[in-house]
Order: sequence, then structure tokens, then C-alpha cells
Amino acid sequence: MIQKLYDWIDERVNITPLWRDIADHEVPEHVNPAHHFSAFVYCFGGLTFFVVVIQVLSGMFLTMYYVPDIENAWDSVKYLQTQVAHGQIVRGMHHWGASVVIVMMFLHTLRVFFQGAYKKPRELNWIVGVLIFFVMLGLGFTGYLLPWDNKAFFATQVGLQIAESVPYIGEHLKVLLAGDPEIVGAQTLTRFFAIHVFFLPAALFALMAVHFVLIRRQGISGPL
Amino acid sequence: MHRGKGMKFVGDSRVPATREKFIPKDYSEYPGKTEPFWPNFLLKEWLVGAVFLIGFLTLTIVAPSPLEKEADPTDAAYIPLPDWYFLFLYQFLKYDFASGDYVVIGTVVIPGLAFGALLLAPFLDKGKGRRPHQRPIAVSMMLIGVISIIWLTYEAVAHVNWEERAEMGKIVEEVEIDQTDPGYEIYSNQSCINCHGGNLEGSPAGPTLVGTGLTADEIADIAVNGVGGMPAGQFNGSDEELQQLAEFIASYSEEGGH
Repeated sequence: MIQKLYDWIDERVNITPLWRDIADHEVPEHVNPAHHFSAFVYCFGGLTFFVVVIQVLSGMFLTMYYVPDIENAWDSVKYLQTQVAHGQIVRGMHHWGASVVIVMMFLHTLRVFFQGAYKKPRELNWIVGVLIFFVMLGLGFTGYLLPWDNKAFFATQVGLQIAESVPYIGEHLKVLLAGDPEIVGAQTLTRFFAIHVFFLPAALFALMAVHFVLIRRQGISGPL
Repeated sequence: MHRGKGMKFVGDSRVPATREKFIPKDYSEYPGKTEPFWPNFLLKEWLVGAVFLIGFLTLTIVAPSPLEKEADPTDAAYIPLPDWYFLFLYQFLKYDFASGDYVVIGTVVIPGLAFGALLLAPFLDKGKGRRPHQRPIAVSMMLIGVISIIWLTYEAVAHVNWEERAEMGKIVEEVEIDQTDPGYEIYSNQSCINCHGGNLEGSPAGPTLVGTGLTADEIADIAVNGVGGMPAGQFNGSDEELQQLAEFIASYSEEGGH
């Protein structure tokens, strides 16, 4: 049945090359922890992706309850945390996932760096990876404000002061992020929500797509 | 580079006649055994992922994500603290050479140089060798960077009074306080109300008195002898008033909070 369906689609759009792009390839021995346990360092990139998937899914469920408005944001998070079935676990996954993804990405970056895997021809993929790192830090910064508790509010105020200290564009940067040169308030929360939920994930998905396409085109770097 | 007019192709294809492009090595040229990604290797990845997920879910259950009390922009006593992965920058901005008049050094110049170098690493470290000992400069720069980030984060964490922070951020349930109670009159006439607030909700100067779990006798003792940052001799009244006050506060010690 599935084979028939596959054949029907394949006859029309020739999906076999796609299948080869995604899954039909060999894994060399030097990256396979089953052969050399030390090859577990090659898992960090995959685990980063795994946590990103957790973040996307848990984040989607969080937005079913979260209200990006200063009157209700905190109450909606508290309601989710204390009243909704498994809400505490879903929010916990998103909260801890934000930390775990940074740790995994850091380890992945160190692996690539110390193995010199960014050398020719993989320079572009390194740049894309560092950009993903920046986007992740941006997601962490904007997501920190959303529960609208004291910790979030005052940390964001400091973050905006840092943005403001940038010469020439600082003021504009702050207004762009906070919606007002002075007030950290309703506008700030909706902007951070939009950045956290639409702008940065869009950038993240585009960069991740390039990251993976380049890996499949160039293959994994050889053994040292 | 050939492009446009002078370019030669194989037949009528898009494949250029002279290929100088980088072509990755065939994995069969690597030493040792290869393994098909699908399904052999993916099964192992799946297992690693499952073990990771169990550990991760255990973490989320053991340590519920924190939520402090609702943002209050007027709370001037609150000491801001970013999430742990920004602590290194937060700590860096405390040093004299990176704050005040020189804040641009701390917020733009140094982080810009560090992250700029990270972004452009492949163009700064152009040697052929990939092994760490073949590129001592790049590797030592990275080690210095990683050690400074770990050190700065440690310094930031060590300077935070975590217990005080937990107290400061605690969510206080709103409790209906019976202001006609004679105990409340004593509470407001003595100095209690100045630090612990009109609704026993606490303030930067003193913790909430709701949900403390203390008995009347313990509260009476604290009112006279003080505790922690609260000095002794705050209560100046008769024993009878002290008893009324302690019973009044103790009646809220089981509510909310915990």
C-alpha cells in the first residue's frame, strides 16, 4: 500500500533523488560512536537540532495559552504553570530547553573549532553556524521577557540599556526593540513576542536549511 | 574564473567541461567501515535521542521552571539578573574599564571583536593543517575566550545572594487582611507596618508575614528579639498587646505562600 503510494508519487515527481538527499548515504567510521566511543562529539550538532525541535513544538503549545499583553501575560503563564494539565512540563521543556540548546550548540561549536573542520571548503557553513548561534542568543534574550515577571522586566531593562549604548544607532535600536525611547511596557512586550515567535524563528529556519544543505553537499569533514 | 561566453560545457548539459570545483571525498576513501545512514545509523541516533529525552524530561519534572512575581516597574530595590548564558557579559560590564565612560568598550568593542573573530575564524586561521597543534594561535585564542567566559560566569554567580533573590522574587498570594482585628491596630501602631506592609505583603525592607508557617509564640519572640536583618526591640508594648499581635499574624501564617 505504502509502496504503491510511493510509486504513484515517484512516477510523477521523481522523489528518489530527494530521498537520497535526506537519508540514502553512508556514515563513515570516524563519526560513528559505535566504532569509536570518542566519536560521541559528533552527536552535539544532532542533539542541538533535537532540542530545537523540542523548542519549536513546546513553544507552539505555549502560545495556545500565552497572552502577549502586560495585563494578562503573567497571569496566563501562572495559569499555564499551575492549572493546565501538563502545562508545567511543557513550560519546563521550553524553559530548560533554552539552556540546553545553548550548551549543546556551544559544545558543537567547540568540536568543529578544535577539529579545524571549518577550513576550506567549509568556511561558509561555519559562518552560517555562528549566525545561528547569534539568532539563538536573540531568542533567549527576547524569550526571557515574555513571562513578564520581575526577573524578566529588569533584565530586559538592562539589555535595552546595553543596546542603547551602541554609538550612533543605539537610540534607534532601543526604540526598534522597546517601541519607546523611555518606557519598557506594553509595546516592548508585544515587540519581543513578535521577534521571538515570528522574526527570529524565520531567520533560524532559513539558516538551518542552509546549514543542512551545505552539510549534505560537502559531506562530513574527514578524520584528523 | 570562466563565466558566460568563454565557458565550455559537456555536450548540451550544464556540466562544465573543466571541473575545478571541490568535490568531497567518497566515504569509501576514508579508513574503516562505513554504515548506511538508513536504517542502521538512524536507529542508534534514535536510541541516543531517547536516552537524552528521558534525561531532559526528568530535569523538567525535578526542577519546575521558575516564575517570580508579576513585573512591578516601581520596585526600585530589585537587582536585575540576566539568564545564565548572558552572565559573562553582565559581569564584564561591572569592571571599571568597561563601564561608565568606557561602556562602549564593554558593550560593543570587546564583544564585537570576540564574536567578529569567531564569525570570521576560517579566514583568520587559513593554514592547511587541521590538528590543534598545527594552529597554535587560533587554538590558544579560543581557549582564552572559553576560559574567560567560564571565569566571568563563575564570578557573576558567586556574587549573587541566591537566597535573597528567591525571597525577593517570591509570589505573594493576596490575602484578605482583617483590618478591624485589634491585632491589626497594634500591627500598624507599632513599627511592623513600615517594613512588612499594610497587607502583611512585605517590602524590600522586610519579608511577607503571610504563609511563614510560624506559630504565635515564635512570632512574639521575633517581634521582641528580632531575626536575620530585623533588629531586636522593634516591639514596645505590653505583654497582652504582644500576645494579640502574635496571634493576629499567626492566623495568616498557614495561608498562601507555600
